[in-house]
Amino acid sequence: MSISVRNISKSFKKVQALDQISFEVAQGELFGLIGPDGAGKTTLFRILTTLLVADEGSASVFGFDVIDGMNDIRNSVGYMPGKFSLYQDLTVEENLTFFATIFDTTVAENYHLIEDIYVQIEPFKNRRAGALSGGMKQKLALCCALIHQPKVLFLDEPTTGVDPVSRKEFWEMLKRLQQKGITILVSTPYMDEAALCDRIALIQDGKILDINSPEEIVAKHQHVIYDVKASNPHQLISLLKAYPTAHSVYPFGEYVHYTDQSGEFKQEDLHAYLAHNGLKEIVIQPTPATIEDAFMELAN
Amino acid sequence: MNTIRYIIQKEFKQIFRNKGMLPLIFVLPLIQLIILSNAATFEIKNIKVGYVDFDHSSTSDGLMDKFTASTYFQVKDQFPSQQLANSAMLNGDIDVIITIPSHFERDLLKEQKVNLGLQINAIDGAAAGVTNFYIQQVVSTYNNAIRAELIQGNLPSEMLPKNLLTIPSFWYNETLNYKTFMVPGILVLIVTMITLFLSGMNIVREKEIGTLEQINVTPIKKHQFIIGKLFPFVLIGLLLLTIGLVISKVIFSIPINGSILLMYGYTIIYILVILGIGLFISNFTDTQQQAMFISWFFVVIFILMSGLFTPIESMPKWAQVLTDFNPIKYFVEVMRMVMLKGSSFQDILPQIIKTSIYAILMNGLAVWSYKKTV
Repeated sequence: MSISVRNISKSFKKVQALDQISFEVAQGELFGLIGPDGAGKTTLFRILTTLLVADEGSASVFGFDVIDGMNDIRNSVGYMPGKFSLYQDLTVEENLTFFATIFDTTVAENYHLIEDIYVQIEPFKNRRAGALSGGMKQKLALCCALIHQPKVLFLDEPTTGVDPVSRKEFWEMLKRLQQKGITILVSTPYMDEAALCDRIALIQDGKILDINSPEEIVAKHQHVIYDVKASNPHQLISLLKAYPTAHSVYPFGEYVHYTDQSGEFKQEDLHAYLAHNGLKEIVIQPTPATIEDAFMELAN
Repeated sequence: MNTIRYIIQKEFKQIFRNKGMLPLIFVLPLIQLIILSNAATFEIKNIKVGYVDFDHSSTSDGLMDKFTASTYFQVKDQFPSQQLANSAMLNGDIDVIITIPSHFERDLLKEQKVNLGLQINAIDGAAAGVTNFYIQQVVSTYNNAIRAELIQGNLPSEMLPKNLLTIPSFWYNETLNYKTFMVPGILVLIVTMITLFLSGMNIVREKEIGTLEQINVTPIKKHQFIIGKLFPFVLIGLLLLTIGLVISKVIFSIPINGSILLMYGYTIIYILVILGIGLFISNFTDTQQQAMFISWFFVVIFILMSGLFTPIESMPKWAQVLTDFNPIKYFVEVMRMVMLKGSSFQDILPQIIKTSIYAILMNGLAVWSYKKTV
């Protein structure tokens, strides 16, 4: 097992950030931690990267305990914190050389690992890191985290605040790194990115709701989901919630996702109910479940 | 070793790229040195004197002429009554009221003794003390002269008062030039403030930006990190000292009697103390603002209790004990001793030992308190 977490708990004053978390990540796996802000993802990363000591439980990374094997872990993991944390007043190249040097290696030695990514930012190698765009910053940070050839990569919300194109590219890069045998633990608040992981853990309020492959998690979703749309979205939500057999109602893009608890639900009945209450342009159609639906189901 | 070298290199790059910071580091302190050295004087000049003369004799006129002649006094007005003089002092028009009693000349002749009234505005106690001393000097000089003159004719020569002549000789600062006294001290302030503020804000800045978190997950050793951080500031401190010494010599013609090497050697140990304090502060704060406030707190206490502006001997006992923990005190002492007195290594050995212990202690604390875990 590349990463193994057993009953980890951590609280800050009155807030229970992590509550009895356990999971395992196999070598070469791309594992996603999916959850909203404040779920405890960053705290978990800090514990695994030896920056924070857990109150309870134990964890190991690549066979090294997070307490006793602290130095071994620091030598063999790459960490990309959620906040951009390279030297903004050093250039792209200087940042990379700096991190290579403090890991007692050189850029040339591990260039093969970062080449795909570095070529994209190489034209700007003399630009200060602070002057890079969000997407380029992320690429540089990933290069710096990879330069010492880590066995495990920790990426804390690497795509938050990055444009959709760069996000897509970033995930393609992760897939390629995974093929090189690097274990990757990545957290994200974006449910669409979750589908790109081998396995995901849905996490909320410091607790793991479910761990499985994205497909399995979606497949487990039992209720039929309906996309509902009408002229007045605000009124629509309150009306749907008031519908006698409503199970869950939450906005989802331009639609409202609706599930019903009874087996004899008919779209026409709901349509009539909404029309009766004065809504116009009503659309109701079944839709396949997504991870977000699964998350909403589990979180409720 | 390679790691330390690279950290040092990185720190220098960052310092020199911070365009706003460079002038702050080098230009502002020099302006301070030039302005403060000229302005922070202990000499009291232009003392505004008012007087009430009830005697109107040639002796009383003569006394006031002495004050008028002095460059320290500015004789403003003669007041017809004590009340008017008092209200003038209340308005702040005059600092001193000299009251010459009636029969001043007659009593001086007949009884060899007479009282003068003297009122000094003592809102600034130290200044009042100096003023009093100046007035006493003027009066006693005049006293000697007038007695010789008045008594001469009346007494046989063997009974003439014998004058005792004191010729003071001021060592180490022969001309009593306050600049000679102040400049080494102000130099100390500049080196201290700049190095403390820079080091105090340094690690905390990395905390604020988030780079420290990234550094902490690397296998970098604590001592490598701290040494890498300290070294550039030692160099900056020494550079400031050099520029300061050149200015002292060129602009203020301050003598440098002792060994320059000794001065630099001591300064290195001293800067290590200050940097240790700075890094210690940095480790215990979360923002640069907090670090700045705490640094200021210590700087103000250290400066005011360093013996730079007020002599340590006149502080209360408990405060004197506290000054033993004040690194600035030792640096001021050493700078004055070496620059003005030409003291040798042996002479400043006690300061060297104390400062070295302090340096080891503070840097030990800095390394200890820098935790790689949050």
